Amino acid sequence: MADNLKIGIDAILEKYINPEESLIAILQDVQGLLGYISEDAVKYITEKTGIASSRIMGVASFYAGFRLKPVGKYRIMVCMGTACHVNGSERIGDTVKRVLGIEAGDVTDDGLFSWEEVACLGCCSISPAMMINDTAYGTLTQEKVVSIINSIKEEEGK
Amino acid sequence: MRFLLGYGSCGIASGADSVLSGLNEAFLGTDFSVEKVGCNGLCFAEPIVEVITDKGESILYGRLNRESAVKLAESAKSGVLTDDNRLSEEELAFLKGQKRIVLSGCGKVNPESIDSYIENGGYNALKKALSIGADKIIEEIKISGLRGRGGAGFPTHIKWQSARNSQSDEKYIVCNADEGDPGAFMDRAVLEGDPHRVLEGMMIAGIAVGAETGIIYVRAEYPLAVKRLKIAINEMREKGILGENIFGSGFNFDFHIMMGAGAFVCGEETALLASLGGNRGMPVTKPPFPAQKGFRKKPTNINNVETFANVSWIIENGGSAFASMGTEGSKGTKVFALAGRVKRGGLVEVPMGLTINDIVFGICGGIKDDGDIKAVQMGGPSGGCIPKNMLDTVIDYENIAKTGAIMGSGGMIVMDEKTCMVDMAKFFMDFTSKESCGKCVPCRIGTTRMLEILQRIVNGEGEESDIDTLVELGESIKTGALCGLGNSAPNPVLTTIKYFKDEYEAHIKEKRCPAKKCSELITYNIIEDLCRGCSLCSKKCPVDAISGKVKSPFKIDSEKCVRCGQCIENCRFNAIEIISGEVKL
Repeated sequence: MADNLKIGIDAILEKYINPEESLIAILQDVQGLLGYISEDAVKYITEKTGIASSRIMGVASFYAGFRLKPVGKYRIMVCMGTACHVNGSERIGDTVKRVLGIEAGDVTDDGLFSWEEVACLGCCSISPAMMINDTAYGTLTQEKVVSIINSIKEEEGK
Repeated sequence: MRFLLGYGSCGIASGADSVLSGLNEAFLGTDFSVEKVGCNGLCFAEPIVEVITDKGESILYGRLNRESAVKLAESAKSGVLTDDNRLSEEELAFLKGQKRIVLSGCGKVNPESIDSYIENGGYNALKKALSIGADKIIEEIKISGLRGRGGAGFPTHIKWQSARNSQSDEKYIVCNADEGDPGAFMDRAVLEGDPHRVLEGMMIAGIAVGAETGIIYVRAEYPLAVKRLKIAINEMREKGILGENIFGSGFNFDFHIMMGAGAFVCGEETALLASLGGNRGMPVTKPPFPAQKGFRKKPTNINNVETFANVSWIIENGGSAFASMGTEGSKGTKVFALAGRVKRGGLVEVPMGLTINDIVFGICGGIKDDGDIKAVQMGGPSGGCIPKNMLDTVIDYENIAKTGAIMGSGGMIVMDEKTCMVDMAKFFMDFTSKESCGKCVPCRIGTTRMLEILQRIVNGEGEESDIDTLVELGESIKTGALCGLGNSAPNPVLTTIKYFKDEYEAHIKEKRCPAKKCSELITYNIIEDLCRGCSLCSKKCPVDAISGKVKSPFKIDSEKCVRCGQCIENCRFNAIEIISGEVKL
């Protein structure tokens, strides 16, 4: 693993007095740094803290919030909550899949986009909804989804 | 004149930022300014600005954009407020039937300013609580009849008393803010809109049970709530409302925030505690209860956001004032999150004891596009669907439970004729089977088997024995699972079988989906007489399934069609129909 990543993880570990108890927070910070929990990062945390890799992987794979694969620069989260489902979120997911040409959980070849289905985003009143990074988009239609993705592509010069 | 802009997640997603910049630009060089507040619950009309005139009159403007916001600002400058974008009397009925305690500050106080909270009476209850002491606090909570708002409805005072009775050098107050029930968003609204109310409630609980540390376990999916909680805690510390010897009383208290990592099962107390300890969120058997052995094996009192948000009001106004609202067994108010096919969705806080009809029709204006209501889903993945003919059910813990649903955290998803009940049952089973922690067999394997059967039914491959098998499996999971997630996971299936058996039978025997929703059981068809041959549908079709000659009727190739509905959305002549179960063309 690159030295600068080691330095980054060292800085994270320093913040926590009891790494066993703070494992979830540590992994959240590591994911914030790398975009996902890499195998190298797990090994390094074990090396530094003595927490078994199996325990770290156990926690990382248990929670939906942790990713074991990289994500795109734009991470599209299509809400699959109840209100969104009733208002047609399946079609929103299908549209994202069609426009990006990748399955949920994958990244486009240019690294620009990844998408996933997520549990309720809590924006039920503007369902169907999705989030791209930290921005929520609501009352979606298939056409709106296409234009949102296209405008990002344009911005990125693709 | 004051301008309050709804600046919660939903407001921002609906375009509150462009409204803000529009107002700010128009106000440049004037004395007017915009105050950012939380969501006032009128989510259907976002983005919203509430104008409070110098006479104290409140005028609500909704569905604003940059342009209409500028217009509003200009009209304010001219001295005569515009009527454009004003919410109508009919829409304002949404607020009239409500009694707001938990939501009283949402949309009123600036969530990023402790002064704003204090100006509105904030932290008076804390001072009072410090003067009356632990026993009297618990007594008031007991008189109030407050029950846990997270789902199960357990009496709050018993939990507090039990944690108080536990002898220990250290105790903890935990706020469960891991609102995981899909379709519920009241906790997010309160945390984003009035975070101090929750923190104050937690501190009063701290005095009552003898704890000096409060931990907020909040969903990582709620970044704005986390941000505002952090601001609130920092401001409290600066003001001396946190730390040691608060208000000179000798009482010490401090907060920690922990972000959840996304597991529905962590709503279960023991799973939440496991997660707080850095482990997989897997429930364990009780006893010992958290009040005896919780976080770090110390006595811990866990309540959810809405429960804590009621506390300061109860302490200030007295338990009997709270108990004067509601029904025999369910006191006070409850917040409901209305969503789905309802005309005016949003947050509704009403005294217990109204009927479901009162809320859906009286307050929320009925069904979208004037459709027909079919059912209301309450309690999320642990709850059930209450059919149309039972919507006069009185809302309290007991009466809702009698229907087979549960009060839950207060999500109400309204369903109309276009909602397929088998599909809904499958939707919830898909959710719970994914969220099952895997610890016990009935839940882990049982939910998976139920999901497989439901999947077969919606695919048109159902067998006549399936309904009985689902009921049998459901009952076994309910009795055999360890925790609340498993115990309640079959509810959505069992209630839909109970009330909508005909829909299951239509799928199984006739291979027909009455709601025309299940894609394997429907076909799209162009009605020749209505089609003008404009070719728009064929242009919009993402899979080139529609062909024909301009000015003569087009045709859909069922083999290619993915049932995305684009053609129907775009057809201007209503010439495309969905057929289910009838003879295929």
